[in-house]
Amino acid sequence: MHILLRGRDIANIKELATYERHDGFTGLKRALAMTPAEVIDVVKASGLRGRGGAGFPTGVKWSFIPQHEPVKYVTVNADESETGTFKDREIMEENPYQLIEGSLICAYAIQAKAVYIYLRGEFWDIGDQLDACIEALRERNMVGRNILGSGYDCEVYTHLGAGAYICGEESALLNSLEGYLGQPRVRPPFPAQKGGGLYKEATVVNNVETLANVPFIMREGAEAFKAIGTEQSAGPKIYCVSGHVKRPGNYELPMGATFRELLFDHAGGPLHDNRPFKAMLPSGGSGPIVPLSDEVLDTPMSYEHTADIGTIIGSASIIIMDESVDITWVASKVTKFFAHESCGKCTPCREGTYWLDKVIDRILDGRGSAEDVKRIADVAENMAGATLCALGDFAANPIIHTIRHFPDDFAQHVQA
Amino acid sequence: MAIIGNPKYEARVNHHLAKYETKRSAVMPLLYIAQEEYGWVNSDGISEVAEILNLDPTQVKSIAGFYTMYSEKPKGKYWLHVCTDLPCALSGADEFYDWLKAELGVEDGATSEDGLFTVEHVMCLAACDKAPMLQCNFRYVENLDQDKMRELLAKWRQEAAQPVLADE
Repeated sequence: MHILLRGRDIANIKELATYERHDGFTGLKRALAMTPAEVIDVVKASGLRGRGGAGFPTGVKWSFIPQHEPVKYVTVNADESETGTFKDREIMEENPYQLIEGSLICAYAIQAKAVYIYLRGEFWDIGDQLDACIEALRERNMVGRNILGSGYDCEVYTHLGAGAYICGEESALLNSLEGYLGQPRVRPPFPAQKGGGLYKEATVVNNVETLANVPFIMREGAEAFKAIGTEQSAGPKIYCVSGHVKRPGNYELPMGATFRELLFDHAGGPLHDNRPFKAMLPSGGSGPIVPLSDEVLDTPMSYEHTADIGTIIGSASIIIMDESVDITWVASKVTKFFAHESCGKCTPCREGTYWLDKVIDRILDGRGSAEDVKRIADVAENMAGATLCALGDFAANPIIHTIRHFPDDFAQHVQA
Repeated sequence: MAIIGNPKYEARVNHHLAKYETKRSAVMPLLYIAQEEYGWVNSDGISEVAEILNLDPTQVKSIAGFYTMYSEKPKGKYWLHVCTDLPCALSGADEFYDWLKAELGVEDGATSEDGLFTVEHVMCLAACDKAPMLQCNFRYVENLDQDKMRELLAKWRQEAAQPVLADE
């Protein structure tokens, strides 16, 4: 049975009546019977960490919100744009009320005035569906004034982006929602602080999958959640598997399951039986690539264990490449992504991604030199840590780690 | 043609204005309405959105220019966004897109001679397990191959050839 992808177990759970018959809004009712501080304590105790990629403890994030501020907001990051990520889409398409319930619990815990769900622009149909869900909940007094007689008021709105990866970065998301260019802000102040959030008010920004975990935590308790996963990585996780496997798709497994279990037992192993796995991007285009060795395959998929093999689990967008793939081409694809998606605000990222792309094209065309390979590594190392948001680091990763792990793939294109 | 005073959009414009703390926040949803009305984000649409939001047209135009889903030039009736990002490319999206461009006789970003199809390659659309795929006017079309795509193109051509009722 799934905790997040419940649409796979229960037909029509996207209908409110069905969702309610299967414990829907039990978590919200339990939360409303507690004080906001108690709700935050439960989420803290559960060990839930942010599923958008950074893995920050969710309850701790909520506790940063100054309770004395009169106006606070929750913003749901539904911009899902990381290369290889398609998990939030399935949650919202097939189990939308669970996201809204989680959002309302978060909103109550920080006493937010409203929830804004920031959807990537391509999620047009999801926006329509969520709007219909919100109206259905309004009729049942679960959105709007005096929710379920608790005295707590909260509105829920959707907002469509318009095609910009950078809007998944929380401060760019807030700018976009305010009608400005989706570019990152200088921090501090952080979104949780007065002056740093939406309309300069204290704001929690959480990923869809993060919030979809919250109803279970409130309903079953922090201990039940902690019983799933590893010591530092509690709960279930949706792993998005794409590339050269027999059965690409979303798989919900406990955190701490191994890559081998995911890729062989669930995703069916290599797409072509005569072409073994070569490499894996475990966190989309932005995380370090790793060779798919036995050591990597036997690593548990958790925040702490992936650090041991020099990468991250991030949003768990797991892209698999078999031995037919030239890793120089992978570096080029991922670099083109970041060159296109760089918002242009910080010079190292804007110029760095542009020139990386040019030089990799030259290498792939057979016009590059061994010096060019050193040059792109040097450019990438100078971008990392030099920008307002993480995109600059993300764009450096594919270069630094592809060259580190697959030097022969580059060497074959260049003359010494 | 207009947005302001057009009963077709009144409720939606008001809904978006009521949603946010500031008028400026409604610039993105209103630009979608402008695109719907004019087929692309033209200067009339920019001016009307600016007027509704008490913004300068330059401010509105900067937003339209930043985001890829607002078209700043006329486009075909069917706007096809084909994902050629890494996961889709591992499943044959580059070859599929090259074939599609040849089939329609267009380059990336261009509109077919009959004015029906504008094609563009785009970055990840969150459909990596269903590649090759595209969005047609922001709706998902997934698990494609050449045969399926030929059928779809024929269907869209036929649909476009149907007479449109005057009140639609």
